[in-house]
Amino acid sequence: MQKLLIVDHEKCTGCRLCEMVCSVKKTGVSNPSRARINIIKWEADGFYLPMLCQHCQTAACMTVCPKDAISRETDLNRVVVDYDKCIGCFMCVAACPFGGMGIDATEEKVMKCDLCDGEPTCVSFCDPKAIEYIDVSAAALKKKRSAGEHFSELMRKFVG
Amino acid sequence: MALHRKIAYINLTTGEVETKPIPMEIRRKYIGGRGLDMYLLYNHTDAGVDPLGPDNAAMISAGVLTGTLASASSRTHVAAKSPLTGYLGSTNMGGFFGPELRWAGFDHLVVRGKAKTPVYLWIHNGEIEIRDASHLWGEGAFETQDLIRKELEDEEIQSLVIGPAGEKRVRFANVRTSHKDAGGRTGMGAVLGSKNLKAVAVRGTMDITIRHPEEALKYNKEIIDKITSTKFGQIMQRWGTMFIYGVTNSTGLVRVKNFQQNQLPDSENLECENLDDVTIGTAGCFGCQLHCRHRYVIKEGPYAGTYAEGPEYTTQGAFGAEQGCTDFNTVLAGNHLVNDYGLDTLETGSMIAWAMELYEKGILTDEDTDGLQLNFGNDEAVLEMIHRIGKRQGLGDILAEGPLRASERIGRDSLKYNIQVKGMSNLHSDERPTPSLALGIATSSRGSDHLRSRPAIDLYHLPEEALRKIFGHPTPYDGPLSSDFSDYEGKPRMVQWQEMCYEAVDCLGVCKFHSVFLSPNLLSFDEFSKLLYHNTGLELSPADIWEVADRAYNIERLFNIREGLTRQDDWLPDRYFDEPTPIGLDVARGKSIDRDKFTKMIDEYYQLHGWDEKGVPKPETLKKLGLDKEPSHML
Repeated sequence: MQKLLIVDHEKCTGCRLCEMVCSVKKTGVSNPSRARINIIKWEADGFYLPMLCQHCQTAACMTVCPKDAISRETDLNRVVVDYDKCIGCFMCVAACPFGGMGIDATEEKVMKCDLCDGEPTCVSFCDPKAIEYIDVSAAALKKKRSAGEHFSELMRKFVG
Repeated sequence: MALHRKIAYINLTTGEVETKPIPMEIRRKYIGGRGLDMYLLYNHTDAGVDPLGPDNAAMISAGVLTGTLASASSRTHVAAKSPLTGYLGSTNMGGFFGPELRWAGFDHLVVRGKAKTPVYLWIHNGEIEIRDASHLWGEGAFETQDLIRKELEDEEIQSLVIGPAGEKRVRFANVRTSHKDAGGRTGMGAVLGSKNLKAVAVRGTMDITIRHPEEALKYNKEIIDKITSTKFGQIMQRWGTMFIYGVTNSTGLVRVKNFQQNQLPDSENLECENLDDVTIGTAGCFGCQLHCRHRYVIKEGPYAGTYAEGPEYTTQGAFGAEQGCTDFNTVLAGNHLVNDYGLDTLETGSMIAWAMELYEKGILTDEDTDGLQLNFGNDEAVLEMIHRIGKRQGLGDILAEGPLRASERIGRDSLKYNIQVKGMSNLHSDERPTPSLALGIATSSRGSDHLRSRPAIDLYHLPEEALRKIFGHPTPYDGPLSSDFSDYEGKPRMVQWQEMCYEAVDCLGVCKFHSVFLSPNLLSFDEFSKLLYHNTGLELSPADIWEVADRAYNIERLFNIREGLTRQDDWLPDRYFDEPTPIGLDVARGKSIDRDKFTKMIDEYYQLHGWDEKGVPKPETLKKLGLDKEPSHML
C-alpha cells in the first residue's frame, strides 16, 4: 500500500521539533535552515503550518529540471533527486510552489524531504500528530472523519 | 559544535563589541546558561553597583543544551543585579529566542553601559550590530517584535524585548519574547530599559553540531515517550499549569484577597476548563511536546476579539484569586495586558492585591487612588491598575516601585501586609500548611519564588523509599525524609535537592516542567548527564552536575552577601507565623509556621549547604567548589 505524508495544521503546536530532528537526521547538526520541513507561523493570530515537499504527482521541480535529475519513485510514492545528475542550477527551487525544494547552504546543493526511506523521522517525534504518514487510500477518509468531528456535535444537537 | 558558541561583550556607552570563545575549563565548572551567568555577574559587577546605572551588567544567555535534542531545550536566561530587590536578578524564559541566539553563534551576551538614545542589538551569524530603536521606544512587546521583523525583512527573527514598563523602569518589568514567553522575575526589563536597550533581535543559520546524533535522536524519543506517558504530562498537554488551581484551591493552599483567605469559594469560573470556550489550540516552546500554553481569543468584555497566549496558574491567582475576582475574562485580559506592557504578572497581581487590602483597611484612600474603588472583587479596577502600573500613573507609579520602596512611600504599617521575601512578592500560594514550601520561598536566592527550590512533590505523600530514591541521589544523604507535608523534619534536604535540580536545568537550558518538579517521574541528574553527553560530548557524571549546580548556587549566595544579604533576609513575612489559615481542608486549616521549628529548618538547610550559622559559605565549602579565589576574572 502506498503511503502519504499529510499535515493537519490544527494539531500543530508550533514547537519546531520536526525541524530539529530532520536536520539532525539528515546532516548531524541542529539547524532549521538545513531541515527539509519548516513550521511557518503567523504569530499575530497563532496560525501554524508545517510546510514540506508534497511529492506531487506532476511535480514542478521534475518538469523544470534540465538534466532529468529529479524523478518519481513509485514504490515509496516520493520525488527524489539524483545528485550525480544534478548540476545545481536551482531551477527546481524556483519552480516549487511550496518551497519544498530547499538549498543546503553548507553542502551547496538542493535538499528535499525523501520520507526518510519510508520512516519519516519528523512523524515519529510529532506527539500531537500534526504530521502523519498514512496509507493513501485512508487519507481522505481520515480527513472526512476529522472534519466531521467539528460539526457532528452541532448536527446531533440541532438536527437530531 | 554545541560547545563552541561564543560570548560577546557589548558596551552600549562606547559602542564597542568584543567576542571571545568560552574556555572548556569554564564549561566544566559552570556548564552555561544560569550557571555561567552567575559567574559573569559576580565577576563583572562591583559591590553596591546601582542596578539601574550604566555599571550594572546584564547577561543574556542560552543553556548549553538549548537548541539541541534535549527535552524542551528552549530556555533563555537573563541576569543582572535586581532593581527590585537589590540582590540577585535572575530570570528564565522559554520560546524560540535561545535556540536562535545559538544558531546566530552566541551563548552569552554581557551588556554594559548605557546608550545615549534607544537602541536594539541585531545579532546574525556571528555579527553584532547596535541599531537605532527610537521608532520602537514606547511600543508594546508584540508590536516591537513585529516592527523589527518588518524592518529587517525576515519573519524568522526572534527578539527578546522590553515593553513600555521596562522603558519606564517599573522595578518588576520583564523581558520577553513571542506572545507567551516571559523572563518575569526580578525586574530584568527595567535593567535593559535603564540601558536604553529596547530589544535583542537574533537570527542564525549556523550549525549546532550534535556530538552523537543517532544516540541523541534515540534518547530524545525515549524521553518524549516517557514524559508524554505520565499523567502529569497528559494533563499539561491539555490544560497547562492552570490545572493546578482546582487542586490547590479545593485544599486551601491559595492566597486569596492578598493574604486574608486561603481558599476562594465559588470560583469555578477561574478553573482551567473555562479555557475550552476560548482556546484555538495549544502552543509549544522549542522542541517541547508538553505545549502547555493555550492560544486564545478573548470573547467578552473590553478586550473582546484580542488574540493572546497563556495564561498560566500564576495569572489565575494574580488577576483572580488574589483579587477576590472570579471573572475568567479578567484573567485572560490581564494576561494580555501585562504581556504587552512587559510586566511580571506575579508581581503586578501581588502589588494590586496588597493595595486592595490597604484600601480596605483605610491605609490607602480614594485620594490615593484618584477615586478608583479599589475593592476586592472589582474586576475593572484590577485591569485599570495594570494600566496605571505599566504607565506609572498615580498610585501605579508607587506600586511600580515594588514591595519595599512602595511601602516606604505609603508608610503606616503597610509593609506588614505585603507578602514578600527579600523585596520580591510571592506566588498566590499559601505555604503556611507546608513548611518545606515555606523554607523554599524564604531561602530562594532571588527572593520569594516557587521556581528556585520548590519541592512540589512533597504534597504527594510519596512513600519514604520513593523519596529516598529521588532525594538520596546523586550525593549521599541518609538523614530524615518525611512523607507528611506538614512536617518540619526531613524537609531541608528536599529544598536543597530541588535547588540543585533547578540550577542544573537552568545551566542546561531545558524546561523545569520536564524535570522533577510537579511529577516525581521526570528527569533529573542521571538523565541530564546522558543528554549532555549525547548532545555535546561533555562527560559529566550526575554527581559532577550536582557539583556544578552547587558551585553556581554558592556564587549566587556570595553575590547576595556581597550586596548586603544576611540571615534575616532568609525569613518569612510575620503573617506566616501570626495568622493561622482560616479555611480549607483539615490539612490546610488553622495552620501557621512555628518560628522555632522554622529556625531549626534554616539551621539544617545552612548545614547541608556548608554555610555557617549566619548563612555565609564556610571557607572549606568555597575551597571544595573552587570558589575561594572568586572573583577570578577568567572570562
